[in-house]
Amino acid sequence: MSSHDLAVPPVSPVAGRVVLRVRMPQKLRNIELGLLIMALGLSALALALVQWGALGKLDWSLLTYGAGLAGLTLGVHLALRLVARDADPFIVPIATMLNGLGITMIHRLDLAAGATGWGAAGVRQMAWTAVALVIAIVVLLVVRNYRALLRYRYSAMVAGIVLLTMPFWPGIGRTVNGATLWVDFGGIAFQPGEIAKIALAIFFAGYLMTARESLRSAGNTFLGVRWPRVRDLGPLLVIWVVAMAVLVFQGDLGTSLLYFGLFLAMLYVATNRVLWLGLGGGLFLVGALLAATQIGYVQARIAGWLDSFNPEVYNAIGGSYQLVQGLFGFAEGGFVGQGLGQGQPSFVPLANSDYIVAALGEELGIIGIFALLVLYVLLVSRGLRVGFIGTDDFGRLLSAGLGFVLALQVFIVIGGVTRVIPVTGLTTPFLAAGGSSLVANWIIVALILRLSDDARASVRAEAGVRA
Amino acid sequence: MNAPLRRLGIAVLVMFGLLFFSTSFVQVVGAEQIADDDRNVRKLYESFSAERGQILAGGIPVAESVPVDDQFKFLRTYPYAEMYAPVVGYYTLNQGNAGIESAMNPLLAGRANSQLLEQLRALVTGSTPQGATVMLSLDPNIQQIAWDALGDRRGSVVVLEPSTGRILAMVSKPSFDPNLLATHSSSAVFDAYMELSEDPLNPLANRAIAGDLYFPGSVFKILMMAAALESGGYTAESEFPNPSELALPLSTSVIKNSGGRLCGGDETVTLEDAFRLSCNIPFAELGVTLGEAAIGSMAEDFGFGATLEIPLTVTPSVFPRGMDEAQLMLSSFGQFDVRVTPLEIAMISAAVANGGAVMTPSLVDEVLAPNLRVVREFEPRMYSRPLSKNTASELTRMMVGNVERGVAGNAGIVGMQVAGKTGTAETGIGDGRTFWFSGFAPANDPQIALAIAVEGHRPEGTGNAIAAPIAKAIFEAVIK
Repeated sequence: MSSHDLAVPPVSPVAGRVVLRVRMPQKLRNIELGLLIMALGLSALALALVQWGALGKLDWSLLTYGAGLAGLTLGVHLALRLVARDADPFIVPIATMLNGLGITMIHRLDLAAGATGWGAAGVRQMAWTAVALVIAIVVLLVVRNYRALLRYRYSAMVAGIVLLTMPFWPGIGRTVNGATLWVDFGGIAFQPGEIAKIALAIFFAGYLMTARESLRSAGNTFLGVRWPRVRDLGPLLVIWVVAMAVLVFQGDLGTSLLYFGLFLAMLYVATNRVLWLGLGGGLFLVGALLAATQIGYVQARIAGWLDSFNPEVYNAIGGSYQLVQGLFGFAEGGFVGQGLGQGQPSFVPLANSDYIVAALGEELGIIGIFALLVLYVLLVSRGLRVGFIGTDDFGRLLSAGLGFVLALQVFIVIGGVTRVIPVTGLTTPFLAAGGSSLVANWIIVALILRLSDDARASVRAEAGVRA
Repeated sequence: MNAPLRRLGIAVLVMFGLLFFSTSFVQVVGAEQIADDDRNVRKLYESFSAERGQILAGGIPVAESVPVDDQFKFLRTYPYAEMYAPVVGYYTLNQGNAGIESAMNPLLAGRANSQLLEQLRALVTGSTPQGATVMLSLDPNIQQIAWDALGDRRGSVVVLEPSTGRILAMVSKPSFDPNLLATHSSSAVFDAYMELSEDPLNPLANRAIAGDLYFPGSVFKILMMAAALESGGYTAESEFPNPSELALPLSTSVIKNSGGRLCGGDETVTLEDAFRLSCNIPFAELGVTLGEAAIGSMAEDFGFGATLEIPLTVTPSVFPRGMDEAQLMLSSFGQFDVRVTPLEIAMISAAVANGGAVMTPSLVDEVLAPNLRVVREFEPRMYSRPLSKNTASELTRMMVGNVERGVAGNAGIVGMQVAGKTGTAETGIGDGRTFWFSGFAPANDPQIALAIAVEGHRPEGTGNAIAAPIAKAIFEAVIK
């Protein structure tokens, strides 16, 4: 067999007439290296531009840290060469590009605010990136066979719930801006909910894999529809209750939507029954309606969404001030943006976390935002793709779930700041300032890499057998 | 599992599709509208520190940014202060914008999408983007003449070029000094703005287009006459009964002609004589026979009820609907609830002067980018054609008669045919009157059409005594 691409005959692990092109590992990793160097170069250029724009000179110490991070991403690449040679080659470069762009914009906002050293969010973001990259490497090295995760599905569930409740533990729990999402270990703040998202995805995949048959086919037919058995309804209701609890007790609309959406999507993929979507959608509507009429901060968010420019809403506490300022930032960007370091993104409160997309939109314009969205689409599609080519239900469900949770999070955040939906308190994956989010998203990346390696390796093995 | 996965993929694409759409909207499609908000501090900082474009009238700056040594780098100055203020408006730190400064803001600030080329160049060369220059249609000579002619009176003068709709002069008094609002001290701006906005004489209103609307009184008879002739049922010679007073139906009130006189000495009077002597009773009778619908549709053809953007927003003039007979009678000589802007009245005269075609009025001739590229150019546009050529020339003949042999005599000029119509409208507040003149000259080759509205009181006289001499002064000075 030559080292060129080879076509697998129509009969493949994927049903239907799908023709797979399988590349040889060496080639995959070389593509990855090339793209990665491009992403690193672009990030470095952006960082230098920002400093030039705002300071008129280059700050070499920061660029040196950047070089260190570049080394770590190359470490991820090397780890893949060693232990996951067939992994998808686009994922690491895309994540790196997004992460680098985020650091650049956070640093740019630091410069505007005059923050330096550990007081600077950009420096902390770089440190967290280092931590996240190391953890990603560790995950790649340790989790050699993702099927092992299946065994831990109930542990994952417990871990997820523990992580979710941690912000309420006395001593370490913290409430910031009305949302009880944080734990604080001696000055290092962390949002355990971000990690819980992964634990729950693992649990959902494991649970649905084992339960999918009964969820799919069991039940009595009534009015021409086969209704699920009451005991099969249990998990859906439990997840719904958890999501509502997050909404009510943690005061976090976005996380609640994210968990429930994730579960629903995975449930649908596992069962292919629209009925489940209907039931889940119904529950969601009930919850949303309750929240919209009973919970003050949700009401404020909805008012801020529908009537953003109304002076009363704009000036209200918890009103639309931030959203409207973010929209001004976007509007300022226009086609080509103000240029890095040339806009006024610091007029928007929390510009480096929730509203980082507005800051990027202001300085990079619609061109930059489209590029950004395309990067996310590619990243998500790589995850979903593994769902198609994976060899077992657990892996396919898990990768689809992880890909979808990224997409949903991007949609909730960017949709919020551009008025597609009410604003919620989620972070933009890889871009926004915040260590927990970075760590969680790099773990997701490591898991998708692992899953894709397995899927491709087995396709290649099978093709090899046939050849 | 592939089918639901595929649908999940489609759902993801739809989600991102929405994001592509929403970001396009907030960044490009709706961006100008979103950014143009007083709460957008970003705009202020930028526009104050960038060189805002000039506003020129006939090549002379009426608003410009001069370099100063403070955080904003440029100070907006208005060399002619009051004379152009109602049109040019103001651009303030914290009290919003008005006039051309507001209506043309994106272009003046250099941030309109039509200036993308300049923005790109500035981006590449690293230069500060400059705003575009707005060239007004106002003629500084005519503006000065009209400003002087109105003297110390409160009111408004609008001068139009009949063939194009270009606005050659627009005066509104009392006016204000926009320089007081352009300073870089927020508190000084606030105090100046408060004082102006609380002034009972309302100097911030541009009376020509957006003050409290005026009752037109007898100048409305031009439109009545137009409706009568265009209906085909009447000519200048049509006769109407000529009583000394006319009882309003279902009321004890009566209508009288101005001064309580008969309209000529006979039992009946022709429309032309009633127009020339500006009698109310024959027009009230005409209004009832013509009907509300015919008059109303003629009014709409002339621009009543429409919001014009010249690019300043013009308050729509009003011809009421659903009136009873008494109200229709009063409306027929421009009272009851007929309300107009001086611009609207000038448009009616201009249409007569222009052979019956109403041209869309405009204040802006051209917008030029800093590199002299034309960003926007004025082209004459016909708004409507309510009158035939015959009707227009017949109306011209009768309006000339008003000035030569009628109650508009004070507008007469030796050696030039002036067409015109006066009006003396009751404001309904005490003995308040609005003194009107509207017309054009020379009648055989109209160069300018105008409307003059002067606020005053009954003892001062009539439109012929107060407004016609102002028109005469303008015609004499402008037409050589």
